[in-house]
Amino acid sequence: MDLNTVKAKAVPMIKSFGLPRLIITGFLLLMFVIAPFAGVNVASGLSNMFTRFGMNAVLVLAMVPMVHSGCGLNFGLPLGIISGLLGATMSIEFGYAGFTSFLMAIVLATPFAVILGAGYGVLLNKVKGGEMMIATYVGFSSVAFMCIMWLLLPYDSPTMVWGYAGTGLRTTISVADYYGGVLDNFLRIEIGHLVIPTGTILFFALLSLLVWLFLRTKTGTAMTAAGSNPVFATASGVNVDRMRILSVVLSTWLGAVGIIVYEQSFGFIQLYMGPFNMAMPAVSAVLLGGASVNKASIANVVIGTLLFQGILTMTPSVTNGLIQTDVSEVIRIIVSNGMILYALTRKQEVTR
Amino acid sequence: MTKPEINMKNISVKELIINNIVPILFICICAVGIPLSGYSGSYLLNEILSRLGRNSFLVLSLLIPVMAGMGLNFGMTLGAMAGQIGLIFVSDWSVVGIPGMVLAAIISTPISIILGYMCGTILNHAKGREMVTSYIIGFFMNGVYQLFVLYLMGSLIPISSSELILPRGYGIRNTVNLESMRKSLDNLIPFNIFGASVPVATLILVAIFCLIIIWFRRTKLGQDMRAVGQDMEVARQAGIKVERTRVLSIILSTVFAGYGMIIYLQNIGTLNTYNSHSQIGMFSIAALLVGGASVDKANIRNVFIGIILFHLMFTIAPTVGRNLIGEAQLGEYFRVFVSYGVITLALVLYEMRKRRAERIALEKGEEVAV
Repeated sequence: MDLNTVKAKAVPMIKSFGLPRLIITGFLLLMFVIAPFAGVNVASGLSNMFTRFGMNAVLVLAMVPMVHSGCGLNFGLPLGIISGLLGATMSIEFGYAGFTSFLMAIVLATPFAVILGAGYGVLLNKVKGGEMMIATYVGFSSVAFMCIMWLLLPYDSPTMVWGYAGTGLRTTISVADYYGGVLDNFLRIEIGHLVIPTGTILFFALLSLLVWLFLRTKTGTAMTAAGSNPVFATASGVNVDRMRILSVVLSTWLGAVGIIVYEQSFGFIQLYMGPFNMAMPAVSAVLLGGASVNKASIANVVIGTLLFQGILTMTPSVTNGLIQTDVSEVIRIIVSNGMILYALTRKQEVTR
Repeated sequence: MTKPEINMKNISVKELIINNIVPILFICICAVGIPLSGYSGSYLLNEILSRLGRNSFLVLSLLIPVMAGMGLNFGMTLGAMAGQIGLIFVSDWSVVGIPGMVLAAIISTPISIILGYMCGTILNHAKGREMVTSYIIGFFMNGVYQLFVLYLMGSLIPISSSELILPRGYGIRNTVNLESMRKSLDNLIPFNIFGASVPVATLILVAIFCLIIIWFRRTKLGQDMRAVGQDMEVARQAGIKVERTRVLSIILSTVFAGYGMIIYLQNIGTLNTYNSHSQIGMFSIAALLVGGASVDKANIRNVFIGIILFHLMFTIAPTVGRNLIGEAQLGEYFRVFVSYGVITLALVLYEMRKRRAERIALEKGEEVAV
């Protein structure tokens, strides 16, 4: 093969892979290559990456249904997270323990996710074309509203409320005695420094499979049709508005499950302003994986979350080892928002 | 014939309420809240005058992009960052008082122009979704700002004052003391009314800015911007350089936001290096919307009504929370909720109105076609 044919093959490949993704993949590989020289253990770096992948993957998966139905990126993820938090705190309040408390958290979160998601979906149907900005602010206002509610709701489990006042939930609640690590420790693999939270990853795989299967059912296909060409979908008898609401409910529910999975790995429930900034990392992760404003697959979720969390875990340790400075926060901000900007400004999506 | 007319009237009253629902809601909140807070009239007057002085310039800077049809410029935080960088340099060189403010404004101008040009160019690639894009640009540039201020200042960019630099030797501290220029503009012309001090000089500056905006609307560039805001394609047919006009509107807004931030911070007296700018966009936009503005229509009246109502709520909310439920924290959360809620409500109403207008236009078009 001469150089020209290589070039002819390589250029479209790079184009389809996307330049930003290429740069970030290269950056991550570079991090792993220089890690040993910075005194960082590659195995523990990988373990961190897998743990954080498990923590965040379901939250990123929550982007997929809404993108499919044409509702854009789910900047309203905090709404799903709030449903999850309600489920989690209620499960603890009712005194469930161990794996039961994890399941009950999901079960109790479901009605909230369905109701909030349906309302949110109806709202998004009224503002077609301006979904993303409104989704962002729906997320923010609901977080601020729940700040008031966390203070007022009649919880009284001593592990959750402020000790001296006896009312109002704490800002962080430990789940160690409830469902902390129930998935992470299931079939956990430990080889030296390398730790893989098998259970969490299996749980994510199960959910992904369900979403994948759903997208191939009749309803799932109709949903995708509603997203890619609403006029054509209406003509072939698909109720576009209903499909969009369904997708928003699904996304919201996945967000609720996502935060519960996150907590079991993280060890704490974060209330009040905790969910405030959780949408951006999830949005940029799925974009990093190759999704766009109107196209997202399970593969995008997996690749994106691995890349994004990889960078998040590797840069602080490597830069700390090399120049004794932690620039990871700045890199996180620039990479995640740069990725969203890139997706918003691509030509093909503007003219959809 | 009479029946439809009554109907029309009913619709118009209803529409009047719907179109002004946000200010009406706020008047109700304030009317209930003021007696509950128990604040005296002179205290409230003092607070409102001081907040009018410090916020007006910032909120006014939002008007120009609305005129050009680019919506609410969430990218005004870029200007705020430029203003803050100017202030950091000025306090390092220990230039105080009014000269310090002027120098900070001079330093901020080129930075604002560069950032505004960037922002405008990016927004030209994201037509139709300017707001969400400018919002993300704000976040993105916040990362660059942190890189600049937290890592490069004091290492690459010389900063000599040890009061500014973190103990580790580089990067700016979390708070920069602006005591040397605190209220230097507000108190330039001292004047009191009913026991409330009036920031006369600041308000004069704000008035001049209002006049500039009124004058600007009538200039060639201002007319072009309104044409672009009405319909980009028609404007292009008429020979207006659409992209250039849009970029210019963002640059102007960014530069003025930078000046606004300097005025704002001289009133506050301390600069929270890593926080001050991030919230200013949200509060300014919420204030403008409370004044009855929408994404495509905003005027000077909206600015002042909005600031008065929004900041009245802001002042009284914590005390009302404490008096009502015994928890000041509740009032704080309430005002955060209201700020976000107002923006959400205004955006939803705007999108719904836009869709209705499109539908009506479509139906009319079909009738003509038939």
